[in-house]
Amino acid sequence: MSVQSIPQPAAGADVHSSEARFSLENKLTGWHIGVAMAALSIGITLGVMQGFEHLGIDLYKYTAPAFKTYYQGLTIHGVLNALVWTTFFIVGFFTTAITRSLDRPLKYPWINVLGFVLMFVGLLLAAYPLLANLATVLYTFYPPMQAHWTFYLGLTLVVVGSWVAGYGFYFTLHAWRKENPGKRTPFIALASTITMVMWQIATLGVAAEILTMLLPWSLGLIEGTDPLLARTYFWYFGHPLVYFWLLPAYVAWYGMVPKQAGGKMFSDSLARLVFWLFLLLSTPVGFHHQYTDPGIPQGWKFIHAILTYGVAFPSLLTAFTVAASLEIGGRARGGKGWFGWIRKLPWDNPSYTAQNLAMIIFAFGGISGITNASYNVNLAVHNTVWIPGHFHLTVGSATTLTFFGIAYWLVPKLTGKQLYKPKLALAQAWTWFFGMILFGNGFHLLGLHYGVPRRTMLGAAVYRDPAWTPFLLEVFVGVLFLTVSAILFYWVIIGTLSHKKRLEKPVEMPVAEAADPTPVPAWLDTWKPWLYGAIALIIIAYGPMLYTLISQMQLTSPGFRVW
Amino acid sequence: MHIDRYEQIWIRISVAVLVVFMLGIIVAGWSMGIQVPGVYGRVDPNTVTEPGSPWAEPGVRELAPGKYEVYILAQIWTFAPSEIRVPAGSEVTFYVTSKDVQHGFRIQDTNLSFMVLPGQISKMTHRFEEPGEYVFVCHEYCGVGHHTMAGKLIVEEAVASNQ
Repeated sequence: MSVQSIPQPAAGADVHSSEARFSLENKLTGWHIGVAMAALSIGITLGVMQGFEHLGIDLYKYTAPAFKTYYQGLTIHGVLNALVWTTFFIVGFFTTAITRSLDRPLKYPWINVLGFVLMFVGLLLAAYPLLANLATVLYTFYPPMQAHWTFYLGLTLVVVGSWVAGYGFYFTLHAWRKENPGKRTPFIALASTITMVMWQIATLGVAAEILTMLLPWSLGLIEGTDPLLARTYFWYFGHPLVYFWLLPAYVAWYGMVPKQAGGKMFSDSLARLVFWLFLLLSTPVGFHHQYTDPGIPQGWKFIHAILTYGVAFPSLLTAFTVAASLEIGGRARGGKGWFGWIRKLPWDNPSYTAQNLAMIIFAFGGISGITNASYNVNLAVHNTVWIPGHFHLTVGSATTLTFFGIAYWLVPKLTGKQLYKPKLALAQAWTWFFGMILFGNGFHLLGLHYGVPRRTMLGAAVYRDPAWTPFLLEVFVGVLFLTVSAILFYWVIIGTLSHKKRLEKPVEMPVAEAADPTPVPAWLDTWKPWLYGAIALIIIAYGPMLYTLISQMQLTSPGFRVW
Repeated sequence: MHIDRYEQIWIRISVAVLVVFMLGIIVAGWSMGIQVPGVYGRVDPNTVTEPGSPWAEPGVRELAPGKYEVYILAQIWTFAPSEIRVPAGSEVTFYVTSKDVQHGFRIQDTNLSFMVLPGQISKMTHRFEEPGEYVFVCHEYCGVGHHTMAGKLIVEEAVASNQ
């Protein structure tokens, strides 16, 4: 120890001063992920109550003043987990990822502070109608169900706040490019910024829906609304939304996890190509959520089906490239044979383990996702519990479990404290994995075999069938695992925040280097062709149908409050 | 750009799988006739139950032997009618709309599944061969009574009418 400590001070002091350069970025990241984790704790609690409800045990009578009904709880579960936990965590994570990857603090920090303030005010504004049972419209808020106007305004502010954070990132990347002419943008910064630009394009749909239709309608400024047009705006946003959840996990899987495994990025160029393809293809695919809608021609639905297969392609590439990057790590750690390298991966590291398990679950989530996208095959599963089964494997596991894994290095980095009881964190990752496997399997089977509808108070459903029971029990066991896992997660995080043991050396963000030293070609570091291509594809895939729907708009539906 | 040989193989397999899936949905959709709903027509949800509208008296209508149409009105939290009877072997075309919020319609154990939106008419056709009771449910959240919104379609044994 004493021998090693001689060269340490200089290096340590250097790292410490670099921490000081990023003190605002650290704080911003901490605020974002703090709000994210607080929101998730409420969202998960409501999820557990839903698990009980499906077995016929109604807990809402005990939580009544706060959460009055299953459907109010389900709305808050969806909004907090799918919109708040994800958006706040992603913006917070990117604040660290982009600035550390560029080794450059934010160009205009006040922009990102403003973004956080807008998002937080929006969250508080939306919390009021949600808790007061004035917005029990689920997180898709399909009109003509009408929520209190503060719900729509609050969501708008959350989205606008995330735009503003994105602008802060663009300025920072732009400044870096000016300062480093001729250099390739580091992968993590590039991929994160592409994700924010994709989000900017995608959220124009929900902005149009809320600002031109729902907000004025809920304020009584316009009499009625057009439900099909609103759905179309929503799903223009709703599918790239899922890539906004997924791509930050891909940033970590490509750019960070290989380093944690002792490996390298198998192909830096392909990783960048994958992100550009997502920018190109994430948005013009929304009709695959509207296959069973009236009023949209089959031809357009089919075109979006084909484009959806197109956007599956970069995910298939990811499966290979990420696995190959980990294999480099496993072999570097002494793994031999076809599968022997898997055992040598750092399974004792909770951050690594959580993210690797997230990848494995995503393989199953991807398969059911392709099923959903498959045009007429969708008829078998549309709006059945197969769908929540699917997205608990994707956003609920691929994304969420990856974020847990990120938190296991990020929280120690931000606080300068050791991770509290890593063994508990390891148990957290595995219980989440098994919990979601059981939950996902049960819901997929219930949806496929029995057509059990989603978003339904199944415990009280008039058509409840005894044949469902074994699968609902499987789902419930999954929920129990997830409950234990969630308790472990908060135990570890709160433990880390409250103990006093400081790290000697700050945690470094894991950054994987490329296995192939040849530089990335310039066309993979150029924005314009990809951006213009994305806009052109959206105009082709959405333009004619949106024009038709807008020109034939009939604002005939008044608002309903049916809860 | 350098692409590893194994990765090139993987890329080819990935593209091939997606092309096979595409051919699969094309064959199922355009040669076997398993189709998603398309455009049929619109209706004003505020006047949909007024005289003259086919949903003023929703129910089953026989068009020809073995050919039926059913007009169904979805509203919180019932389908009208909530019981439908047709003989086995008949081809039934459903016309469904909503007079209030969004609903869904799914007949269990069939490919019939679609959204029901106010202002839009959803149309889908199905041939019922097997006699029995088919439960149909609302599969889009439509308020606190959503889980009570269901009905049944009874396919009766075909009567040997020409004996």
